[in-house]
Order: sequence, then C-alpha cells, then structure tokens
Amino acid sequence: MIEYLLRFIAGGLAVSAFSILGDALRPKSFAGLFGAAPSIALATFLITLSQSGAEFAALEGRSMIVGAFALAAYSWTVCLLLKKNQISSWFATMLAMIAWIAVAFGLCAVFFGLS
Amino acid sequence: MIVQLNLSALRETRWYDYAIRFVLGGAVTVIAGLIAARFGPVVGGLFLAFPAIFPASATLIEKHVRERKEKAGLAGARRGKEAAALDAVGAMLGSIGLAAFAAVIWLLIGRSPSLALFLAIAAWLAVALLAWAVRRRL
Repeated sequence: MIEYLLRFIAGGLAVSAFSILGDALRPKSFAGLFGAAPSIALATFLITLSQSGAEFAALEGRSMIVGAFALAAYSWTVCLLLKKNQISSWFATMLAMIAWIAVAFGLCAVFFGLS
Repeated sequence: MIVQLNLSALRETRWYDYAIRFVLGGAVTVIAGLIAARFGPVVGGLFLAFPAIFPASATLIEKHVRERKEKAGLAGARRGKEAAALDAVGAMLGSIGLAAFAAVIWLLIGRSPSLALFLAIAAWLAVALLAWAVRRRL
C-alpha cells in the first residue's frame, strides 16, 4: 500500500513538473517535447529497483522503447486528426489511443512475444 | 522563433488544471505499477510511455489559445486546434528522446542504477533537442 502511495505522489509530482515546464515554454512545438518526458518512468524506476530488482527494471526499460515508438505514432495521429478534421483536441487525443494500443502491443508481440 | 520561457503563461492555468494533472499523473503511475505486477515487466514497460497526460494538456492548450485569440477578435477555434497539433508534433519528437531514455535504462540499470538514471535523462534531453533542431532546419 505504501509503495503505491509513493508511486502516486512521485508520479503526480513528476507529471506536474513537466507539465508546468511545457506550459511556460514557447514555441509550442518545443514545449511539446515535454509532453513525451519520462515522467512516469522517473517516478517509478527507483521504486521498481528496490521492490523487484534490476533485471525487472531492465526488462521494463526494453519494453519502454517500444512504448516510446507507440507514443510517436500516437502523437503523429493526433496531429493528423487535428489538421484534417473538425474535431476537438479531447476527441482527437482519445481516438488516437487506438494507434498507441495497436503499435505498442503489435510491436511488443513481434519483438518480445508478449510473454 | 527562439525558445522562450514565459512564466506569465502559467497564470492562464487554473488551480484545478494543476490538480487534474497531478491526480492523472499519480493515477497512471499507480496503474502502470499494477499492470507490471500483474502482467510482468514486458507489458508493464509499455505503460511507462503511455500518453496519460497528453489529452488533458492538449485540451488545455486548445482552450487557452482559443480564449486568447477570441479576445483579440480572431478565429479562436482553428488557432486552438493548430496549437494543439503543434504540441503533438513536439511530443512526437520528444518520443524519440524517450526511446533513448529507455534504451539507456535497459542497457545500464543493472550496472549502476544512479548512473543509468542520470545518463538516461541526459540522453532523453539531448536526443529530443536534437530531433527538434533537425526538424526546424528541414
């Protein structure tokens, strides 16, 4: 329970810090870099290391590479949806989740067998 | 345009916007931990790059730009969407840096955790900045 409380606080703080940085920076394309900051990873790797060990953390890092490519596909999809359609940002970012799930689990199945 | 830090832009964000992002960030971090505990590190690692906070950020950007442009008598709805799309381009470039961060963790965390984290942050920042600079020149 304490572990998950720590994760919650650390994750909330890390995400907030990068969000504030993104809000204050211009131009917007530069600020967007912080939308893909390793906030969740930074908040969890030390906890994961102490709870599950280095081998577990390393495997998470390997999968995170695939997750990062899925995030790139997601962001590209959001950009296309907003430029080509008259839909809100909220709807575009939700719809693009399909791209993240497809790329993340597709690449993971191809490279790691989802085991 | 050169990179600028505009702290006055933070005044446009309401306290509840910060609260929403804190709670969302915390919740996703907990969920990522639960997924890793239930399904193992291969699936769990994917969710360390989940776009959890992006929908809230993009919506906020669209809202702020729309309000600012409408106050100035301009077409706010279109400008708001364009700003959110630009933010998504930045996130796409940042994802390349995120992959570099993850690669350093994968290769080095077994040897020296603190050094791995330090080098991973440096790799993320360097690769993300490089990707952004290269795109600007294209």
